[in-house]
Amino acid sequence: MALSFLNIMNISLDWAFDAPPSRAVVFGVHIGGHLVVEALLVIVIVFLLLQKSYKPPKRPLTEKEIDELCEEWVPEPLIPPITEEMKYEPPILESAARPHTVVNGKEVVNFSAANYLGLIGHKKLLESCTGALEKYGVGSCGPRNFYGTIDVHLDCETRIAKFLGTPDSILYSYGISTMFSAIPAFCKKGDIIVVDEGVHWAIQNGLQLSRSTIVYFKHNDMESLESTLEKITRENKRAKNVRRYIVVEAIYQNSGQIVPLDVIIRLKEKYHFRVLLDETNSFGVLGASGRGLTEHCGVPVEKIDIITAAMGNALATEGGFCTGSVRVADHQRLSGSGYVFSASLPPYLASAAITAIDLLEENPDLITRLKENIAILWRGLSGTQGLSIASNPLSPLVFLKLKKSTGSFKNDLQLFEDIADRMLREDSVFVVASKRSTLDKCRLPAGIRLFVSAGHSEEDLLKASESLKRAASAVLSGYN
Amino acid sequence: MITIPYLTALTTYFSYGLLFAFGQIRDLFRKILDWWSADNLQGYAPICLGLEDFYIRRLYLRIQDCFGRPIASAPDAWIDVVERYSNDNNKTLKRTTNINRCLNLGSYNYLGFAASDEYCTPRVFRSLETFSASTCSTCVDGGTTVLHNELEECVAKFVGKPAAVVFGMGYVTNSAILPVLIGKGGLIISDSLNHNSIVNGARGSGATIRVFLHNTPSHLEEVLREQIAEGQPRTHRPWKKIIVVVEGIYSMEGELCKLPEIIAVCKKYKAYTYLDEAHSIGAVGKTGRGVCELLGVDTADVDIMMGTFTKSFGSCGGYIAGSKELIQYLKYTCPAHLYATSISPPAAQQIISAIKVILGEDGSSRGAQKLARIRENSNFFRSELQKMGFEVLGDNDSPIMPIMLYNPAKIPAFSRECLKQNVAIVTVAFPATPLLLARARICISAAHTKEDLIKALEVISQVGDLVGIKYFPAEPKKQQEEDGRLKLD
Repeated sequence: MALSFLNIMNISLDWAFDAPPSRAVVFGVHIGGHLVVEALLVIVIVFLLLQKSYKPPKRPLTEKEIDELCEEWVPEPLIPPITEEMKYEPPILESAARPHTVVNGKEVVNFSAANYLGLIGHKKLLESCTGALEKYGVGSCGPRNFYGTIDVHLDCETRIAKFLGTPDSILYSYGISTMFSAIPAFCKKGDIIVVDEGVHWAIQNGLQLSRSTIVYFKHNDMESLESTLEKITRENKRAKNVRRYIVVEAIYQNSGQIVPLDVIIRLKEKYHFRVLLDETNSFGVLGASGRGLTEHCGVPVEKIDIITAAMGNALATEGGFCTGSVRVADHQRLSGSGYVFSASLPPYLASAAITAIDLLEENPDLITRLKENIAILWRGLSGTQGLSIASNPLSPLVFLKLKKSTGSFKNDLQLFEDIADRMLREDSVFVVASKRSTLDKCRLPAGIRLFVSAGHSEEDLLKASESLKRAASAVLSGYN
Repeated sequence: MITIPYLTALTTYFSYGLLFAFGQIRDLFRKILDWWSADNLQGYAPICLGLEDFYIRRLYLRIQDCFGRPIASAPDAWIDVVERYSNDNNKTLKRTTNINRCLNLGSYNYLGFAASDEYCTPRVFRSLETFSASTCSTCVDGGTTVLHNELEECVAKFVGKPAAVVFGMGYVTNSAILPVLIGKGGLIISDSLNHNSIVNGARGSGATIRVFLHNTPSHLEEVLREQIAEGQPRTHRPWKKIIVVVEGIYSMEGELCKLPEIIAVCKKYKAYTYLDEAHSIGAVGKTGRGVCELLGVDTADVDIMMGTFTKSFGSCGGYIAGSKELIQYLKYTCPAHLYATSISPPAAQQIISAIKVILGEDGSSRGAQKLARIRENSNFFRSELQKMGFEVLGDNDSPIMPIMLYNPAKIPAFSRECLKQNVAIVTVAFPATPLLLARARICISAAHTKEDLIKALEVISQVGDLVGIKYFPAEPKKQQEEDGRLKLD
C-alpha cells in the first residue's frame, strides 16, 4: 500500500518536473520545477488575500459598564475655591462719574473714568437724553432688523460717518461687542491677521472667533511688524488670494502707547494688507478737531479699511461703532453677530452720541484743554519714585509702570492697588490699577492708569501727581 | 420638530434653486462687466470671497425693505413706522418723512415697559440727572455706582438666587461668561437651537461642544452617557466638567424649555445647568419669575441663571445669577466685568423700577395685571391663530408665536401685505432660522388691548388667505392632515 503510494508520488513528481513545459527553455533559462513552486505560491497568496484581516473583536461598553462609568465620574467644581483676592470690592460712586465725584460720602478727584472731554453731566447731553427718553422710552426692545431700528440710530450712523468723512458707519449696542463682531465678519478660516501683542480683550476675542491664522508682533514695534509681514508674504505663496489684515489700536488700552499710523500705512501698502484700527481711546481726543488718529497723523481716512470705536469714552455715552466704506458697513448688517443677534442701542444713548459729536465740533477748545491737562499731569509726575510713565505724551490715558518689576504680574498689581488705595484714602484721589482677566492673553506689565479729562482743573492734576508721588514712595520704599 | 408638507418642501426647494440660478447668472454678467473695468483691488483679496455674500447680494437685497424698518416712536403697542423708498431695485433704501401708525407685533415689549410708565419714567429721569448717561468706566474700576449695587441686589432677589452680576449687553453676558466657567478639557452640551450668543461663547471657551436635539431630554441623556463613558476625544481622559446650556423660551420657536426633565437628567449625571432666560424672565410665571416659576423648578437646582433686560423690562443689558461664590469669581475674572463700560445708570434704574412694579412694591397691582394680561393675550391669540389654520409653533403661555411661511416668496408678501394694513410683523429668514423654515414671528405684549388683537387677527387671516399660508384646514379636522408630511428637524 505504502509502496504503491510512493510509486504514485514518484510518477507524479516525475511528470511534474519532467513534464514538457518544465523542460522548456525561456530566454535561454531552464525552467526546471519553478512553475509548480510558483503556482503553489500564487495559490497561497490568493488564499491569504481571501482571508479576512484580523480584527480584535469589538465589544462595545454594556449599559451596565456605562452606568458604572457615569457613577464613578466626578466633575470638577464649577469654579475654583474663592481666594482673598477674589473678594475685591470696587469703590462705590454716589454721584455721577464727573471729574469730582463722591465715594464713601467723601468728595474725590476722579481719574478712573475715561470721560476725556468732560462731557459727563453736560447740560446739553442731558437735555438730549431727556428728549429721547420722553419720545422713545429706555430700551429699544428688539434687534435692529426687527423693528429695533429707531430713527436716531440711523441719524447717529450718518452723523458719525459725516464727522469722520467716511461713506458709512454702523452702530453696535456695546463697546466691546463692536470688535468681536467686526473682526469675524471679515476674517474667516484661512485668512491671515497680523496683530499687536498688546491689544485688549475684545479684539483678542474677535480674533479667536474668526478662526483665522493669527500672527503677533512685538508691542508697538514697527520693525517687528515689518519682519512679520515680510516673512508671511515670502513664505506664503497663496498669500495673494487670502485676506490679510493688520489689527492695531490707536491708543493702546493696556499701555497708553500710540501706534505710528504713517508707518502702518507705508507697510500696509507695501505688503497689501488691510488695516483694522481701533480708535476707542483716540476718537474725540487726537487730532485738531478730535477726528482721531487719522487726523493726528494726517492720513486720509479712506486709507484705513475698517475703524472701530467704543463710545463709552470721549463721547460719554455707551455702545460702539464701526465705520469704513459702504461695503464694510453693509456687510456687517447681516454678518456682525453683535448687530444681528442683539437688541439695538437704547435710543437715548444714540441721541447722546449725536449731541456729543455736535458739542465736540462746536467746542474744539475741549481738545486743547485736554492736551494742556495731559501736559500738566506729565510735568507733575516727572521724577516719581520707582515708577515710569509708559504711555505716549499725547495719550489721555496716562499709564505708569514699575521701573523694576517684581517679576510677577500679580505682585506688581498688588503694589499698584496699595498705591491706589492709599491715594483714595489719604488724599481723596481716585485712580485705578490695571486689573486683568485670567482670560486675557496680553502679557504687558501691570500699571496704574490715570484717565485725564478736559474737566480736570490744574489744581486737581497737581493734587493727583503729588498724591501719587507720595503714595508711590511710601509703598515702594520698602520694596525698592 | 417641525413637519413640512411634501409639496411645500418641494416648492420651497424649487424657489431657492431658482433664486440661486438667477443669482449665479447675474454674478456671471457682473464678472464679465467687471472684467472690462479696471481691477480696483490692486493686490488685495476681495473683502468678501466667493459665495460668502452671495446670499446678501442676490437674495436678501431683493426683500431688504422687510427688515430693519426704522420706527420713529417708542416700541410700544402702536409704533410709527417710517416709510422708505428705493430708486435702485432695493439696493439702498432712503427714508422719507412719511409715517405709518402701525400695530406693533414685533417688539419684545412683553410687559409694556417700553413706553413711558407712571412709576418708572420719573425715576429714570432722576437717575439721569444724578448719574448722567454713562460712567465711562468699567464696573471694577470707577463704574460701580450705588445704583449698580442696588440693581444687582434687586435682580438676585427677583430671580431667587443669592447673588447676581449685571452687564450692559445681553449678548455679551453669554459670550463672555461661558469662557470663564469652562475651558479646554470641559464639555458644553448645547441645545441645537440655542441663540448665537451661546454658540459664540461656547466657541470662545475652547471647550468641546456637543449638541442635543432641540428640547429633547432623552437625547440629552443619551449624549451625556456616551460622552461620560468616552471621555475627552483622543486622550479619553474623563471630562473636567460638563455644562448643559438651555434657553427658557426659544426665541425663534416660542417653545418652553422642558426644564424639569432636563434638570433631572443633569442632576443624575452631575452636569451643571446654564439656563438662558432672555425671553422668559418677567414674561412668564405667576409673579414673572420666568420658566422656573412656571414649570415648578426650584431655582437652587439651576447652577447658572442668565437673563436679559431688553425684553420684559424695556431696558438693556443682561445678568448672571448664582451662588455668592460664583458671582464673586465672575466679578474677579469675567472680561465683560473688567473691561466693558458698566451699564448706563438710567437703564439700570428702569430695570429696578420695572422689577418693583412687577413685584407690586410700587404699591399698586399693575404688575400683577400686566402679567395676567400677557398670559391672557398670548393664549387668546395663539388659539385664534390655530383655529384659523395657521401652522403656529410654540407652547401655551409663551408670548412668542411663529407662523410658518416656508416659501421665500411668501416672506416679503406676508410682511408687505400686513404693513399695508398697518400691522407690523417680523418675518424671519436665514441666518436666524434654517433656510427652509422661514417664518413670521409675533410677539404679544401686555400693552395690547383686546381690540388691537382682534384687528391683528383679522388682518393676519386675510393676508394669510392671500399669501396661502394656512397650511392646516380651519378648525375641526386637523389630524388626518398630519400623516402626509415630511419630517424635518
